[in-house]
Amino acid sequence: MRAGSRLLIVAAIIFATAVSANAGFGQPTPWQTGLQEADTPVMNAIITFNDFLLYLIIAIGGTVFALLIISMVRFNKYVHPTPSKRTGNRPLEVTWTLVPFFIVLVMVFFSFRLLYFEEDVPKADLTVKATGHQWFWSYSYPESGDFQFVSSMLSDQARKPGQPRLLAVDNDLVVPVNKVIRVQVIGADVIHSFAVPSFGIKVDAVPGRLNETWFMATHEGMYYGQCSELCGMDHSFMPIAIRVVSEKDFSEWLEYAKQQFASGPPAIPAKGTATEVRVAAD
Amino acid sequence: MARTATTAPGSKPSDDRLKGWRGYVYSTNHKDIGTLYLSFALFASLVGTFLSIAMRLELHEPGLQFFTNPQYYNVFVTAHGLIMIFFVLMPALIGGFGNWMVPMMIGAPDMAFPRLNNLSFWFLVASFTLLINSLFFGGAPGSDGAGTGWTIYPLLSTKGHPGPSVDFVILSLHLAGASSILGAINFIATILNMRAPGMTMHKMPLYVWSILITASLLVLALPVLAGAVTMLLVDRNFGATFFDPQGGGDPLLFQHLFWFFGHPEVYIMILPAFGIISTVVATFCGKPIFGYLGMVYAMVSIGFIGFVVWAHHMYTVGLATDTQAYFIAASLTIAVPTGIKVFSWIGTMWGGSIDFRTPMLWTIGFIFLFTVGGVTGVVLANAGVDRVLHDTYFVVAHFHYVLSLGALFAIFAGWYYWFPKMTGYMYSELIGHIHFWLTFISVNILFFPQHFLGVAGMPRRIADYPDAFEGWNYVSSIGAYLSACGALVFFYGMAEAFYRKRPAPANPWGPGATTLEWTLSSPPPFHQFEVQPRIS
Repeated sequence: MRAGSRLLIVAAIIFATAVSANAGFGQPTPWQTGLQEADTPVMNAIITFNDFLLYLIIAIGGTVFALLIISMVRFNKYVHPTPSKRTGNRPLEVTWTLVPFFIVLVMVFFSFRLLYFEEDVPKADLTVKATGHQWFWSYSYPESGDFQFVSSMLSDQARKPGQPRLLAVDNDLVVPVNKVIRVQVIGADVIHSFAVPSFGIKVDAVPGRLNETWFMATHEGMYYGQCSELCGMDHSFMPIAIRVVSEKDFSEWLEYAKQQFASGPPAIPAKGTATEVRVAAD
Repeated sequence: MARTATTAPGSKPSDDRLKGWRGYVYSTNHKDIGTLYLSFALFASLVGTFLSIAMRLELHEPGLQFFTNPQYYNVFVTAHGLIMIFFVLMPALIGGFGNWMVPMMIGAPDMAFPRLNNLSFWFLVASFTLLINSLFFGGAPGSDGAGTGWTIYPLLSTKGHPGPSVDFVILSLHLAGASSILGAINFIATILNMRAPGMTMHKMPLYVWSILITASLLVLALPVLAGAVTMLLVDRNFGATFFDPQGGGDPLLFQHLFWFFGHPEVYIMILPAFGIISTVVATFCGKPIFGYLGMVYAMVSIGFIGFVVWAHHMYTVGLATDTQAYFIAASLTIAVPTGIKVFSWIGTMWGGSIDFRTPMLWTIGFIFLFTVGGVTGVVLANAGVDRVLHDTYFVVAHFHYVLSLGALFAIFAGWYYWFPKMTGYMYSELIGHIHFWLTFISVNILFFPQHFLGVAGMPRRIADYPDAFEGWNYVSSIGAYLSACGALVFFYGMAEAFYRKRPAPANPWGPGATTLEWTLSSPPPFHQFEVQPRIS
């Protein structure tokens, strides 16, 4: 019995480690079983709390599983032909009501701490605005200049080697590293959702409503996400690609973007373009 | 008594049943209507399963293989969800087993309103017809069918779908809702008024309790859905802007209304399953359910709390932080009564004399898999973590563990448990065991890897995915094909039972089966309990 339960605990720990390890950086990796690697303080906090929850639920699930196995082994009709007539046990029932209640209290405490940390937006160094359209994102930098650009998924022909399929776009959202970025999100036609797993953010892009979140990326590189609210035909094909660069590179890019995207309204691709390109590729 | 006295000798009460198909179509008999509901659910499940296999075929490998227009994938997602919820799980758990068993379990001759009962069923058929029709009418520009998801969120369901298909879905929901409300009123009236003398509320079988609570939830939740989809209908067709910000409306209003119905709806699907599991576990352990009162009030409190947690489906829409905090605390509270249920089932098994007949296998499978689905729900209830899990395959895995592996396992437990009673024939234990093991293994291959896909970030409802998600999607699809084989074994087992016609005794399960339906013959007479039994 004791050896058995110790084995179970070891198995649970191995399983949990396997689940929380093996994560991708900025994008998913094949056969990944855990969360994507964190690149913001928020995602770090999420991963810590998620690991705590994971151990907790494995312990709960393991307990139920073990109790089921034990009762099947000890109380089947072959080894235990005469059932007991017991119909209840008040102290036991009170225990299995109160113990989960206290577990919930502990969980609520840590959960609130995480929630308020995420929702408390620090003083922002830069504000970017993401607008969800059917089926692409457009970005602007409301406090950095009067320009706006469209970010569409790259077709198979346009993609360069190394750029991930269905994630890479033509115009990345560019932000500086180690700066607090405030993200404003809104929908232009239907509801979309702006999500970047490595940053631990997901905000719905609701028409008529300016939502807000924040992130502070701690490494330069490419980070990918996908639209996370069903928005119609090409819902699968409107990725979010964020390029995190040094502060110097960012100011250079900003100057370039002001030139490049300043002239007139942004070139909005005709609806269905992405699909047509893709169907042609098939 | 009066009736038997005035009936001519030799003529049985069942003589008033119409011959042929009219016997079923016009039937006001609770057992006939229960059979109609179960057959309907079985048929609808074939359609729903076909849709899900098509989706898994598409997701089998990256790229678009079958749905060259991915909108049709969205249409399949939508129809699969609506069919499985409204036309498989609810008709089977409530209309099917509820109609069959509730009157017998409380010692009543029939339901309180037999004609209403007939109407409830045929509303559902009309509703299903409308839903199937929606697949063939214009939806989003350039395609047919409603690809809105079962949640039919505006503005995708208004501006995003100018064609009439969403109107078909809305009217289908209206009819399904009316059907359920009428059915629920019938159950409440029956259970409150027609119990055998001596059967107090606290002596009612747990399945009857579960149906009473479910029916109450239906009566309270469905009118809200009806209101919400009516507003949607008006927005779509008559220029109202309840949900359109361009006219001062708010898309989030619909989400609040929808989930005020939608969250109780998930308990509507799982509470009757709890009732079946409690009944079966007590039978095959040969001892009464452990902690009966705790079980009853756990269900009551789950039903109550279910109404005040709806916005945990909306953590990412931009709710105020304090609002999210409230919904975290309220949602996590549900873990407590749910824990009471699971521990009491184990408490019933503990010290029992467990007989591993087919219904008991499905029940033990239910307890474990429902626990897995329950604890992943605990993770999702935390708004802070939900940021990375919302609208990913983790959610898909979670609700399939509680519904597809929970509610569905309970349906199979109930099916094998009551099959001898309903048909008068014994099923084959061997085929039942094969069906269970094949399904148990395959659905875990199907749904467990979806947890991994979800935490890795794969969004729901996408027809094509980044190449990194290929591996686990492949495994998941293999599980789907295997589970379809499990369904074939089920149909073979049923055909075998009807072909062999092994007669079932009145009570094939022994002294553990204590509810009143086992005191009747198998199959029961057309009208039972013309003299109500007295419960001591």
